[in-house]
Amino acid sequence: MTELPVLSAKDFKSDQEVRWCPGCGDYAILASMQGFLPELGIPRERLVFISGIGCAARFPYYVNAYGLHSIHGRAAAIATGLAASRSDLSVWVVSGDGDALSIGGNHFLHALRRNVNITILLFNNQVYGLTKGQYSPTSPLGQVTGPTPMGSIDWPLNPVSVALGAEASFVARSIDTDRAHLTEMLHAASRHKGAAFVEILQNCNVYNDGAFDHVRDEKANRIVLRHGEPVRFGAEGERGVRLRSGGDVELVDVADVGEDALLVHDAHGEGVATAFALGRLGYPLPGPLPIGVFRDVVRPVYDELMTAQLEDARATRGEGDLDALLHAGDTWQIA
Amino acid sequence: MAKPVEQRHRVVIRFAGDSGDGMQLTGGRFASETALLGNDLSTLPDFPAEIRAPAGSLPGVSGFQIHFSDHDILTPGDAPDVLVAMNPAALKTNLRGLPNGATIIVNTDAFNDRNLQKAGYEANPLEDGSLAEFRVQPVPLTSLTIEALKEFDVSKREAERSKNMFALGLMSWLYSRPTEGTIEFLERKFAKSPEIAAANVRAFRAGYAFGETTEEFAVQYEVRPAQLAPGTYRNVTGNQALAMGLVAASVQSRLPLFLGAYPITPASGILEELARHKHFGVRTFQAEDEIAAVGAALGASFGGALGVSTSSGPGVVLKSETVGLAVALELPLVILDIQRAGPSTGMPTKPEQSDLLMVLFGRNAESPVPVLAASTPGHCFDMAIEAARIALKYRTPVYLLSDAYLANGSEPWLVPDAADLPDIAPEFATEPNDGDRYLPYVRDGATLAREWALPGTPGLEHRIGGLEKEDRTGNISYDPDNHDLMVRVRAQKVAGIAADIPEQTVDHQEGANLLVLSWGGTRGPVAAGVRDAREAGAKVAHAHLAYLNPFPRNLGGILRSYDRVLVPEMNLGQLLKLVRAEFLVDAVGFQRVRGVPFTSAELAGAIERLA
Repeated sequence: MTELPVLSAKDFKSDQEVRWCPGCGDYAILASMQGFLPELGIPRERLVFISGIGCAARFPYYVNAYGLHSIHGRAAAIATGLAASRSDLSVWVVSGDGDALSIGGNHFLHALRRNVNITILLFNNQVYGLTKGQYSPTSPLGQVTGPTPMGSIDWPLNPVSVALGAEASFVARSIDTDRAHLTEMLHAASRHKGAAFVEILQNCNVYNDGAFDHVRDEKANRIVLRHGEPVRFGAEGERGVRLRSGGDVELVDVADVGEDALLVHDAHGEGVATAFALGRLGYPLPGPLPIGVFRDVVRPVYDELMTAQLEDARATRGEGDLDALLHAGDTWQIA
Repeated sequence: MAKPVEQRHRVVIRFAGDSGDGMQLTGGRFASETALLGNDLSTLPDFPAEIRAPAGSLPGVSGFQIHFSDHDILTPGDAPDVLVAMNPAALKTNLRGLPNGATIIVNTDAFNDRNLQKAGYEANPLEDGSLAEFRVQPVPLTSLTIEALKEFDVSKREAERSKNMFALGLMSWLYSRPTEGTIEFLERKFAKSPEIAAANVRAFRAGYAFGETTEEFAVQYEVRPAQLAPGTYRNVTGNQALAMGLVAASVQSRLPLFLGAYPITPASGILEELARHKHFGVRTFQAEDEIAAVGAALGASFGGALGVSTSSGPGVVLKSETVGLAVALELPLVILDIQRAGPSTGMPTKPEQSDLLMVLFGRNAESPVPVLAASTPGHCFDMAIEAARIALKYRTPVYLLSDAYLANGSEPWLVPDAADLPDIAPEFATEPNDGDRYLPYVRDGATLAREWALPGTPGLEHRIGGLEKEDRTGNISYDPDNHDLMVRVRAQKVAGIAADIPEQTVDHQEGANLLVLSWGGTRGPVAAGVRDAREAGAKVAHAHLAYLNPFPRNLGGILRSYDRVLVPEMNLGQLLKLVRAEFLVDAVGFQRVRGVPFTSAELAGAIERLA
């Protein structure tokens, strides 16, 4: 076996000047990704980043791998075609809240439910940045933007809820500036076979500054989910999450209820109800917010199913013979 | 006791009945028998968009027309010589255009008060003399079928359902068709229910025997085999030919075929057909919508597949942003538009040629795309390969137009040898092309096609996208001169394909000053109209276009060499606008948008008025 060359973050930087606004959360995500990719151990030529439109969608230009900057909302659809026909590639979709949940909502749902072997990163900053600050499908009620001078009247989507509702087999959430946690989520997502979804809370310091400060700045509000461990948070782990009858979850003081009463996180369980309840914790914002892997279950993977059918067809019918195809059915001879 | 046999050179039969009466199956079997006999033939199914409109109602009528002959023919026939009407609604909807003296074979059992009322008849047309100008042959098809099947263990309802096979048997006798194929077909189709298979075979044979013995039919007809070019033939519809053509394009390009599609009439058949060819490595993907269908095809192209998306006008319109992206990315992509009557949902099962300007211009900005159009069901095969060849060689999306008439109509097709098909395999970039760098927008000097480097190729990592790209490097560029250059280069690349397609041929006639210029699915009717006009003494030439963008390089010269140019189209003059704008010729149009193919008679009339 030949040794793979040892790569560093620098090897994954393209020669393009990064053009996000100074202070944008995207810089931190890009740096985490470029730090993570050498650890991933996949050769550069087998990595493909596909994006739609928006600030986040510039991401592929800055990563020295194969990249495709496509059209608004369609990255998941384009990635589906690539991933379904090229099982040897590691395909990453980079999108934003408008791209994935508004114009591309349909493709997002179907890529997840099909369990296409791609990783979808959704940079959620609750605003349209590239078009200069309009409200997005994740903007909270009342958000004042250009088109909503009196506040948004559109109830927001919670990306984790949408992904779980779309039967996603892997759903996680992280924070742009938490490099260690984000890297851990990228690793977990890349290990998952099938569609992996990671919401990354990302700050747009120009049009929606501070949207997630209550978790970005206040670490005590981060409810870090770890499979098999009781769900605790707070500076000293003094608070926790308890399952209520009826399937909801609630925040409790550990001192009041005792550690044994806390919910033990199960990311691999069959049921999705508890993951869904956890995904909704902290909504409407602000409030303590879970980050980590909500759900990570094994389901048949789209490209493998598709390839298996091709192999079955070849096994039962033999490799396709064009002359046989053309001459199939009723034929007759004219002399 | 053999009856006298009369020779006929050509016959047009139309089977018409309720959607649930199995008329498409009946017509299809009659076509297969006819093909095996060696007649030339052309078929036209005519069915409603509703799957099962209320039984017996006018919108629920489904028809299948077949034209067969002892010489080469070009169309399914303007009007039937024989109408088989399974119920009053079928009679009523098909009477219009039925020529005087035509034969009508009616299922008298279906002419009860209830069915007459559903069809809007106040009196029974079989009794009120209103059909006096036709030769009506009443046959109690339903009761004869039930009688024939009384020994079978099938319900009365099931027995009734076999009446189409009785009718087929009768028509097979009447026109001296071979029966073995249909019997084998029925045994195969109902292999899982041998009793049903046997009942259908019995009904079919009973119909045949009824013809032989009844006094209602005094004469049997014969149409001798046609003189066709030697070789192996099969009957194909346009959609079957497109599906086979795409598989052939995959084999000949040595690229796996990836089809992204969303169900839509009349294109769905291609998706279903290709889904059966997985042993060719064909990946079919039924997407969540039309946009994802073409998006996935483009994604597969990026990865080195032959990416194809199939649809019809109302779906193609949704694909335009992705086609625009493919123009910018300069990746191969084949989009099939099986045109139907519109606008909007229009008439889903009816043909029209009204998407030409959409596929040419229906995108934002300067976005040139080659456009091809198939002429006949069999030609669909060749054009699928040709569309793939151009897409792969020039790294461009290519539109291939068919229509609902070609999609479902069939004709005998001279089956090609795979060994004779063109090799259309593209070359991929394997090495850096600028020192140790790889620049994705370095072009071939002759074709202007950019290089194509597949993900997975070490050292050629690159990024492409919909933002304007700098020449050669592909980096994002807002430079004014660069944009001007890139817009012009993309246009030149597509225009340059004219050097790589055949020159336009003309079916010229000595002394003709009038040229008929047609395109796409109207070839059969237009050529038949030209033939009829010539027989009536007109001097007329005919050119039929398969390449709409770019046009064949000699087209301008051809157009200018005639005094008058007539452009018949099933739209309000789309090609007409193009040739007037492009070549400054004072062409005139002949337009019909009735959702039915041109008749050769109306075209012959239009030609004679100008010739």
